Amino acid sequence: MKRPTPPPGSQVVNIAYLTQEADLPPARSNVQPHPNDEGKLGADLGIDDDNTTGVFTKQDFKLEAVTVPVKGDVVAAFKKLIADGQKFIILNLPAASVLQLADLPEAKDAMIFNAGAPDDRLRNADCRANVFHTSANRAMLADALAQYLIKKKWTRWLLVSGSDEGDKLYADAIKRAAKKFGAKIVDEKAWTYTGEQMRRSAESEIPVLTQGPDYQVLIAADEADNFGDDLMYRTWDPRLVAGTQGLVAADWHPAFDMWGASQMQHRFQKLSGRYMTPKDFAAWVAVRAVGEAATRTKSTDFNTIRSFVLGPDFTVGVFKGVGANFRDWDRQLREPILLAAPYTVVSVSPQQEFIHPVSTLDTLGYDKPETSCKFK
Amino acid sequence: MIHMGRFDMSRNLGRGGVAVAVVALSLVPSGVLAATAYVSNEKGNTITVIDTDKQVVTATIAVGHRPRGIVFSRDMKQLYICASDDDTIEVLDLATQKIVTNLPSGPDPELLLLDPNKPLLYVANEDDNMVTVIDLPSSTAVQQVPVGVEPEGLGISPDSKTLVNTSETTNMAHFIDTTTWEVKDNVLVDARPRFAVFTKDAKEVWVSAEVGGTVSVIDTGTHKVIKRITFDIPGVNKELIQAVGINLSADGKYAFVALGPSNRVVVIDQKTHEIIKYLLVGQRVWHMAFTPDEKQLYTTNGVSNDVSVIDIADLKVTKSIPVGREPWGVVIKP
Repeated sequence: MKRPTPPPGSQVVNIAYLTQEADLPPARSNVQPHPNDEGKLGADLGIDDDNTTGVFTKQDFKLEAVTVPVKGDVVAAFKKLIADGQKFIILNLPAASVLQLADLPEAKDAMIFNAGAPDDRLRNADCRANVFHTSANRAMLADALAQYLIKKKWTRWLLVSGSDEGDKLYADAIKRAAKKFGAKIVDEKAWTYTGEQMRRSAESEIPVLTQGPDYQVLIAADEADNFGDDLMYRTWDPRLVAGTQGLVAADWHPAFDMWGASQMQHRFQKLSGRYMTPKDFAAWVAVRAVGEAATRTKSTDFNTIRSFVLGPDFTVGVFKGVGANFRDWDRQLREPILLAAPYTVVSVSPQQEFIHPVSTLDTLGYDKPETSCKFK
Repeated sequence: MIHMGRFDMSRNLGRGGVAVAVVALSLVPSGVLAATAYVSNEKGNTITVIDTDKQVVTATIAVGHRPRGIVFSRDMKQLYICASDDDTIEVLDLATQKIVTNLPSGPDPELLLLDPNKPLLYVANEDDNMVTVIDLPSSTAVQQVPVGVEPEGLGISPDSKTLVNTSETTNMAHFIDTTTWEVKDNVLVDARPRFAVFTKDAKEVWVSAEVGGTVSVIDTGTHKVIKRITFDIPGVNKELIQAVGINLSADGKYAFVALGPSNRVVVIDQKTHEIIKYLLVGQRVWHMAFTPDEKQLYTTNGVSNDVSVIDIADLKVTKSIPVGREPWGVVIKP
């Protein structure tokens, strides 16, 4: 398809995208493969959207995308981007790499967008003044889910957690949400089976695992999709599954079509040939945030754009009915969160029953009084 | 966690099939003086016909997929319907209530506007970042004007010389010269502009912003925003105030703005730009239409699946009429 091209002589805004290939386990389900270009294609669409506007404002947005191999050197790749003059850098990397890069002396004057790591610590003790988070953190996702379940009065939860680090962190976020909004985790179970065993015995093992506790919703903490889907329809009692599978909280979903999201989905599908994922969305938001600030300030100057994004007038449309902007206490994108089943969006949080003195969006995640983020 | 497989584009994105079956539930011959409202139901794939004197539904007509923007032909004998998911504009014959032909619209047509002087139809193609100009006598697309991301609102100056289009993600009102079909100027407005309309004296263009929750009044001489109207409804969360449709009364007295999920229509003094009143209507109000005598205003309420009727003299909501699933556009003819 033809991509929009601003006229010759336009002012150029360079944006970089950096990711690293991961050794992904084989997909558990045939209908759910892991695309290897998640994030990158969202950034591509963001560039097209920025440039469609750039045609009129004579601003030309260019993306330099770098994928480091599994055992490659991310630090070297980042330093090269900086040496090339890149200052807006989108990272789709694990939390440890985000921190490592953000703390490099070369990164001091960069504007880094974390579009891949959901870790709450990056929004708290390990926050950095040069890192803006366009991906939702686990606390936001857990809070969004908790609000809906509590609104439904499904307040007794059984938590089943996997053994990966992310599973534990997700389980922590669920426990925090339960405490914050008043749900009860009646029991916790650890998932200790390996995937291969489960293929043979899910039907017989899961009833045993889930027999006993008096719960309403089984919350799965399985970020890598190792077992969560197996829990459904196999519990001892007829119970709902939510969390990382079943009813999931996410900042984007292919079935989402409200507030003009259909158009975004169509544009993305035309460009990429697949559905848009949360990582695509997070990278898209980062590119659009830079583009929006450049349009509004009529400037391509780094400091002008950065100040505008941090300022009170910044808002970027993200197809969720309200504009998104960054929380000043931790640089986390403030936005609604979707609650979705595989083929449908069930609800959008914050739920209106949960009130807040400033913005109901701040009922999701770490609010100002709760944060332990201190920018140096 | 989330289904994200690659899929067969030809199957999933091909939306060529056009439903043209017409189901007239009841054909009530309308009286000579009665006005008739037509409501497009976005998820019902139907047009609801309402007798505005009796305020009852007289027919439901099956049309193409995702009907949104609708507009009458100049002789009022036909209705042009954006069938957004069929990538076409359907032409409904109002006497027979049958689709008689289709117009080439470009992909995902959302909103339509009929030129007041020339036989031209303007279409905003939301998926394609284009405004398509259709010559009606020849039923051909004669121009495609590249605009910003997700074009939607369309307004034409009374002399037909300037077409204004708003783009929802670019957040601009594009001023298009209709002789050269070039974008002459771009005016930044608040987030997600959805609707544009010229005042009768052509001195102002009013543009609503859905996410911004505001209306910008643009001076057509200077292309500057001379007034940014903001809304504050006691007891209603600011985030729910999302400005969409705008209707200006012909006498220059009132402007009505649909405020989306706040479930309110705001009444504004067209001259002073001051807010007069908020009216509670159905849920998620999108667009509106006056009856020909301008005594009533009909609003489409996308979530509550009904239309509200506002009495203009009293500025009161007097009736709600159930229509199809997710009503979007409404037009009324004598």
